[in-house]
Amino acid sequence: MQYANTFQRTHNPHQQDARSFWRYIHIDLYLFLSIILLTIAGLIILYSASSQNSNVIEQQILHMSLAFVVMLLFAQIPPIIYQRWAVWLYGIGIFLLIAVLLFGHTGKGAERWLNLGFIRFQPSEIMKLALPLFLASFFHKMHLPLNNQSIFAALFIIFVPALLVSKQPDQSTAAMLMIAGGSVLFLAGLSWRLMSGLAVLAILCAPFCWYLMHDYQRQRVLTFLNPERDPLNKSYHIIQSKIAIGSGGFFGKGWLNGTQSHLHFLPEHSTDFIFAVCGEEFGFLGSVILITIFMIIILRGLYITIHAQDTFSRLLAGSLTLTFFFSFFINMGMVTGILPVMGLPLPLVSYGGSSMITMMAGFGILMSIQTHRKLLTT
Amino acid sequence: MQKRIAIKNHLQEIRLTTQRSVAMLVIMLILIALLIIRLGYLQFIKNDLYTTLSKKNWLDLIPTEPTRGLIYDRNGVLLAENIPVFSLDIIPEKNKNIPQVLSEISKVIPLNDTELSQFQKELKQHRRFDEIPLKLRLTETEVARFYENQYRFPGALIKARLIRHYPLGPAFSHVLGYVGRINLDELENIDPSNYSATNYIGKIGIEKFYEDELHGTVGYEQAENDASGQPLRILKQIKPIPGKNLYLTLDSRLQLIAEQALSGQNGAVVIIQPATGQILAMVSEPAFDPNLFVTGISSKDFQDLQLAPDKPLYNRTLRGLYPLASTIKPYVALAGLDTGSITPNFTLFDPGWYQLPNKEHIYHDWKTHGHGTVNLNHAIVSSCDTYFFSLGHKMGIRSIDDMLNRFGFGELTGIDIGEEVPGIIASPEWKKRSKGVSWYEGDTLNASIGQGFMQGTPLQFAQGMATIANRGKRMAPHLLFQEQEIGKTAEPETGTELEPVRLNNVNNWKEIITALQDVMISPLGTGYAHYGHDMPYTIAGKTGTAQVFSIKHRDEEGKSEEQDKLPEKLRDHSLFVAFAPVDKPQIAIAVIAEHSKLAPVIARKILDYYFIGTPVVPPQTSATPVSPATSVAPVVPNKEKASHAIR
Repeated sequence: MQYANTFQRTHNPHQQDARSFWRYIHIDLYLFLSIILLTIAGLIILYSASSQNSNVIEQQILHMSLAFVVMLLFAQIPPIIYQRWAVWLYGIGIFLLIAVLLFGHTGKGAERWLNLGFIRFQPSEIMKLALPLFLASFFHKMHLPLNNQSIFAALFIIFVPALLVSKQPDQSTAAMLMIAGGSVLFLAGLSWRLMSGLAVLAILCAPFCWYLMHDYQRQRVLTFLNPERDPLNKSYHIIQSKIAIGSGGFFGKGWLNGTQSHLHFLPEHSTDFIFAVCGEEFGFLGSVILITIFMIIILRGLYITIHAQDTFSRLLAGSLTLTFFFSFFINMGMVTGILPVMGLPLPLVSYGGSSMITMMAGFGILMSIQTHRKLLTT
Repeated sequence: MQKRIAIKNHLQEIRLTTQRSVAMLVIMLILIALLIIRLGYLQFIKNDLYTTLSKKNWLDLIPTEPTRGLIYDRNGVLLAENIPVFSLDIIPEKNKNIPQVLSEISKVIPLNDTELSQFQKELKQHRRFDEIPLKLRLTETEVARFYENQYRFPGALIKARLIRHYPLGPAFSHVLGYVGRINLDELENIDPSNYSATNYIGKIGIEKFYEDELHGTVGYEQAENDASGQPLRILKQIKPIPGKNLYLTLDSRLQLIAEQALSGQNGAVVIIQPATGQILAMVSEPAFDPNLFVTGISSKDFQDLQLAPDKPLYNRTLRGLYPLASTIKPYVALAGLDTGSITPNFTLFDPGWYQLPNKEHIYHDWKTHGHGTVNLNHAIVSSCDTYFFSLGHKMGIRSIDDMLNRFGFGELTGIDIGEEVPGIIASPEWKKRSKGVSWYEGDTLNASIGQGFMQGTPLQFAQGMATIANRGKRMAPHLLFQEQEIGKTAEPETGTELEPVRLNNVNNWKEIITALQDVMISPLGTGYAHYGHDMPYTIAGKTGTAQVFSIKHRDEEGKSEEQDKLPEKLRDHSLFVAFAPVDKPQIAIAVIAEHSKLAPVIARKILDYYFIGTPVVPPQTSATPVSPATSVAPVVPNKEKASHAIR
């Protein structure tokens, strides 16, 4: 049916011209416009969250412009190149992660940054793309459904970078890597039985994980289980965040009128907790609209996934889409108090550059997959 | 072959990944539905709760302390004011490490032990108000030093506040009382919201009795706060209503003269205007500086005051219980006349002693050889004990008690300051109850001359005199003259009339008053020595000597020369009660001089000042901006009623 649609549209000569123009410069218009919509919404929220700080907005626009350029660049590269280079990218990523452990630049108490003199960056961001790329290309060569050997190989491919990142320590990025890798496995048809088996194993491992966790992580879990435990310290974030969202009501307090963020009751209101600002100022309505914009991107991502022409592209597109979903869902879940506090920003809305560029690079790859299709129908 | 398998696999892989993509979509939609349900729960169901919590976060009601009402004397002389001081306050919420900040501060601004211990005490009981004063009355240098080093003292700030000041110092200490920091007991009895900004409360005296009037009503500022608790702007303001200004019936000049006349002497002076019951002066000596209490007296200073043998904290005018001594005689005489036990002409011969029928014990008159033949007038004038022994025995203790009761002895006068004690009218029931012993006839004799169990306060003595001056009309003694609110001044208090003393024969008042006048002007009179000469005004009164040592001792060696050999604390008290002028009484006075004979002399000084304005050396008072000799323009509008004949 989807094919039929595409087929029908191709008969409209005018539309075809427009489509072929965008296709020519390798931009997927639906994805592009919904991302533009999201960044505009993000800037509106950030303007209020940063207490109308124009410096912050300028910086963010700068980040975004850079990210859009990166996206466009990544869109130009055909999927076959990604497929070929995936293993090397993965190898470089692992190398850099080891390097960062050895010579890492400490920022905010964790060694995440690698300083190459002219640029400072987080190798874990590279890994966010390199891991699904490599896994997809790995599975592309295998026969699906998976056999046990390839599953073990895949788990190894996932756990090595995840472990290195968690050593930095940066558990939330490690978790995102697992999600990115896991989503490839899922799409590649990991059997439901095996998944439930892994889930049981995870639950059994939980006490062991507790033992391995850092103290602050244990505090976060405890806080999640009982937010009123220590209202002034550990649980302060989540309590203030719930107050911000809950006091927003249906229509919200209005743009720039949020007391929780403007009077600094809400911590990290420009970064990790920016969704609470949205909930406070734009209420239920605004939050649902924001979620809808996110979901439009997700739906387009799934559309691209289903229409991709080879296994590599399908696995990669699906994984990128799913990773994007979890990155905003986990953030929103944390801010609304249904998930424990993790240091994850809300993609394209939170202030900050590094993760935004990775995210946009991912969208670039999605666009590349969509626009480099060989159109059999035409 | 190879190719076919590959194509088949390809289609299978497409189906598989498509299935998984749909499964993914379902999972994502479920998760998003959960998220939206969560948002709805927070924003609809819990909206009220979180709206309240959010307001509580940023809206703060900051209470504003009302200015305490001022206290003036009847002529508008300021007795209690509020002066601005700089205080160094600590906000415990803003600094968890208080010992450290205290030590930092003490490097720059000296802190003494009293301030530190007071601060620790307040820290423990610290209630809703934020700042706890650490040091009051900073000097300008200290303020400057603080600001230079402020970054070193997180949670500390300098605040300008008003504190109570009593410009006339000790002379008014007992009447006015003082304010002090609110303690835990008081906290239970006050309206916590009205006192939410108030640190001080009236502890005693007028300050305590009229606390409600003086305090005023708290105001509020609704402030917007940020997360660190810093107020950003004031949204709404309800101004505090200042406390009422009080005008007291006291005349500060008279009060200071009385204090000066008493100075160095333990004792009390109470002066009442008989027609109204207004108290013109009320002095208890020794006194203390009430200003010490305002900023928190050190425990050592307080202990010194409490343990001082002279008991400076003790308000003798209201709480001091003294035997009526010979000042009881007018009341006993009135009882005798009113019950018909005697007539004014009743005479007896006084040999210098009295003996109950069929008893061996001899009761001596104060005059060893007796007064000879005496009638009632003579008996009062020369304070003849034997006459009153006989009269008391004849009419019995109940008649005496009844008359004293009608004059208000043995019960509270109801003065608007509280604290007073009722005194004792001794009766057989009272003795049985409190001593567990039966009443003897000898007890009646002792009571007849005011020794033994009968006890009253200087205030009651003065009130008794005022009642005699009024010929039985009794006015409730009071200190409040007028209240003044912003924009309006209440009518002066007219005074409350109490149950009057009604005599069967009103002529008997004249008998007694004439006798009391004769006490002063008859050469036989006990007051003649001090009042017999050069009197520009008429006066009626009675002297008394209250025995401190035992009556037995006095019976055997009751010569006055012997008194001087006794240690001071065993010497008799002297009492003097009077009113003047006799025909149109303006003042009634009671003076107690402990362990001294000076009561009549002290009274004379005060009366002379009142009636003829004897030039007096301006008294030395602590930090007195208003010299008592300087007449302050009366603020009281109703001047005729307020002022009395000074000059």
